[in-house]
Amino acid sequence: MTILDEREGNRETAVNPKLERRARRRDAWRGFFHAAPAYLYLTLFFTLPLIIVFVFSFASRGRTGRPLLEGWNIDSWTRLFEPLVRTIALRSFWLAVLNTALCLLVGYPFAYWIATRRKQATRNILLVAVLIPFWSNFLVRTYAWRMLLDSDGYITQFGEMTGLWGRLLFTVPAVFLGLLYGYLPFMVLPLYAAIERLDWSLVEAGRDLYASGAAAFRRITLPLSRPGIVAGSILVFIPSLGAYVTPDILGGAKTTLLGNYIVTQFGAARNWPFGSSISGAILIVMLAVTVFYFRSGGRTL
Amino acid sequence: MMKRMLILVAAVALVAAACGDSTDETTTTAAAGATTAAPGTTAPPATEPPPAGPQALADACEAGQTDGDLNLYNWTEYLPYGAAAEDGEVDDLKEAFEAEYGVNLVITEYESNEAMLAQIDAGVPYDLVVPSDYMVTVMKNAGLLLKLNKAAIPNMANIDPAFSNPPYDAGNEFSAPYQWGTTGIGFSYDVIDDSEGVSWGVIFDPAMNADYAGQISLLDDERETMGAALKYLGYSLNTTDEAEVNEAAELIAATKANLAAFISAGFEDLLVQGETVVAQGWNGDFLGAYDAASTDDYDAYEDFGYAIPVEGGAAWVDTMAIPATAEHPCTALAFINFMLDAENGATLTNYTYYASPNMASQEFIWEEILEDPSIYPPAEMLQDGSLEFFSDLGDFTNMYSDAYARAKS
Amino acid sequence: MTLNQGAAARPWVDRILAINGWLVFAFLYLPILVVIVFSFSASPNVGIWGGFSLHWYDRMFGNEQLMNALRNSLWVAAWSTVISTVLGTAAALAIDRYRRWLGRGVFDAVLYLPVIIPDVTMAVMLLMWFTQVNITLGRLSIILAHIAFNISFVAIVVRARLANMDPAMEEAAADLYASRWQAFRRITLPLIMPGVLGGGLLALTLSLDDVVITSLVQGPGSATLPVYVFGLIKRSVTPEINAVSTLMLAASIFLVLASLAFQRRGERSG
Repeated sequence: MTILDEREGNRETAVNPKLERRARRRDAWRGFFHAAPAYLYLTLFFTLPLIIVFVFSFASRGRTGRPLLEGWNIDSWTRLFEPLVRTIALRSFWLAVLNTALCLLVGYPFAYWIATRRKQATRNILLVAVLIPFWSNFLVRTYAWRMLLDSDGYITQFGEMTGLWGRLLFTVPAVFLGLLYGYLPFMVLPLYAAIERLDWSLVEAGRDLYASGAAAFRRITLPLSRPGIVAGSILVFIPSLGAYVTPDILGGAKTTLLGNYIVTQFGAARNWPFGSSISGAILIVMLAVTVFYFRSGGRTL
Repeated sequence: MMKRMLILVAAVALVAAACGDSTDETTTTAAAGATTAAPGTTAPPATEPPPAGPQALADACEAGQTDGDLNLYNWTEYLPYGAAAEDGEVDDLKEAFEAEYGVNLVITEYESNEAMLAQIDAGVPYDLVVPSDYMVTVMKNAGLLLKLNKAAIPNMANIDPAFSNPPYDAGNEFSAPYQWGTTGIGFSYDVIDDSEGVSWGVIFDPAMNADYAGQISLLDDERETMGAALKYLGYSLNTTDEAEVNEAAELIAATKANLAAFISAGFEDLLVQGETVVAQGWNGDFLGAYDAASTDDYDAYEDFGYAIPVEGGAAWVDTMAIPATAEHPCTALAFINFMLDAENGATLTNYTYYASPNMASQEFIWEEILEDPSIYPPAEMLQDGSLEFFSDLGDFTNMYSDAYARAKS
Repeated sequence: MTLNQGAAARPWVDRILAINGWLVFAFLYLPILVVIVFSFSASPNVGIWGGFSLHWYDRMFGNEQLMNALRNSLWVAAWSTVISTVLGTAAALAIDRYRRWLGRGVFDAVLYLPVIIPDVTMAVMLLMWFTQVNITLGRLSIILAHIAFNISFVAIVVRARLANMDPAMEEAAADLYASRWQAFRRITLPLIMPGVLGGGLLALTLSLDDVVITSLVQGPGSATLPVYVFGLIKRSVTPEINAVSTLMLAASIFLVLASLAFQRRGERSG
């Protein structure tokens, strides 16, 4: 039995069962050892702290906001059903959905264009070119946008000259611009990976069968690139749900989103148990989404 | 293969553990131990601390005694040092302190009281923090602060009597005042005429601000922003009456459409650049920006002003305090004494453009700052209620937080 | 599979796609160019060109606080990237290559959690944990925190690469009497190297850019560059920050080009 056979799920009868069993057990040990360091690390520095957060969400609030390990209650969890929390959650949800849709709309043609360049070298260079802006500090980039969008900014001047728009800073479009800017690579990279791996002979076959370009795209390319679309959407949706820095800086902090609501609980509101329960709830929802993704056939992100 | 990988990982981990822990990383190049003692102070060698609690340690400190480097945890740009001090044309207080006492000053900075509280509560061993008034109440009630050993701070006598017995810390037992200021409205003379005083209505009343809607900013701080609304409606900014708080929240929600932004950092820049014409903010930030914008040919004070609204504004005090987990309380006390010195207090004010609670500093503070009623408002305003101090709301904090979140959602 | 003639889009479609592509690039680079250009401006007001000057670079190097933050950032990033890349690659191999071992399912799930957890939650839980376990807050705590979230990202990238690999290669090596370590070193590792490098780069980027988590688990004097910039940028936006960003950008570009060159050389000789 080799890795190859395991993958394809072959069920050949083994020639020497005892040897097979021993090899398989040794393989299992090897697998465990490979993962052990990371497993240990994550248990120590992730799982255990996470459990603490869940525990604290049932604790009561001290004067400084720190959880007191007494007076256990579920207040923090029942608060999640208040109308205020629902409004905030809904708004964050719609922001994330719209941002994902926008990234998909802008990202797909872009990824398609890169993936269909003939030379591998060209594709590599273009990909790296997409990533380079993201090696500068996120805040500096966002503040550069603020500068571009304010009353004297170049983009505003361009808009006023062409009569298309006025000052964009502190408006809703500015927020989406900033979010699109921040999350586009997360959409483009998985899309590129999926489109590049496409079996183009299928498309060619479709054309041979008198399909128009548009039809071939709609019925062959698009469905085949679905794993990329799903992966990219998840990679954009999840962080967008918790995004708050960009909306604050470019939108003027005029809306409360889940991200800043949580931060406030650990900050000015001094209510750590409630902050813990909100975080816990978001984690559960995201986990559910990810599980759904894998159940519906996704393999890796 | 796995064995080799394990060894590699273990080796890397060991090395990381050995090299990673360096809480003594300093930010200075001042030679530790250079003791060009300034006249009047001595820098005796650090004594071996007795194995007692930090409070006992602090109580045993003598004036001028130090016990190691100082880990200062301060607001950003709240102490003049380095290039910023040069730009502001004031002395570098960090270098001065290090030279005088022969210790290093390690500065870490924070953005909000609560961020500082989180770290102190977690036991991070800073030696000196700069909490705002209401935060002092919270921290001392939670046992997070050491009592000040007044014997080691002879310069306490310099403090203005108005600040010797503040409501947030009776008798200055746990804190010493650092700077104080007010929250009011900064504005452009193009749209506001302040001859009869300015009202909060220029922000909250749509009838008044129709001309410049969309060019107004409020602070993004639940106490300050709610406070402005409460003052406009005629209530105290420390009220615990739910109806009043909700009314304020609704007012803010209604005003949102006319706002450019809620912004607590950089509001003065937006005003000076013309993005906004009316902004709620702190006096020192505004005045510092006006001064920076002024050149030899241009006086920004002719275009921009600051006023405490007629309905009243907020006054606040930032203080110096020693956390209970401080490792070098003696040096901390020496630093407090250093900052309360007449000249150093003046240097600080000349840098931050905030008022100093130090009476002895007055002769060293620049004229234009002393005479500016925006920085030094008439003393009556503190008495007659036009300026209110924030007090800790305790269990009502949540009410304000939620009301504010509702207003913004 | 590379695009073949019959599947190529019609020329006018291709042209539209190209225009769209260049527009997106313009969009991506506009703020970057602004940052770079204004780092050379003499005026302290970012946005107003004041003539060419290297003044801000000068000030940057003289700014002790900033240089210290930069040193901290590089130290933390280096350690966390190396360790998380090693651990993450091992984890990815474990999950992808070995199908049955104790706790594999749980590990698979745990590996995804750091990706989906909100920043501030992770920051607070690590702060609470470090104080419970009495780990001194400082550069060590920041490194530990960064490794915690980077392992998962590296693992995801390497797994994506592994999924595309043909396992028959390793089997062929085994047939040719290669030991496991030899097979790993000479076949698996070079084949997954793009994934490992990609994961490492991602880890480096995430570590260098992290603000929320770092600002909560830092200790005295251990501020990293993004945390320092975060504090500074809210107060006074001077081109000094632009200068820092430009230099970091140049350094990252150099790093990537260097690694691409290494790869090219490896491919040629390998």
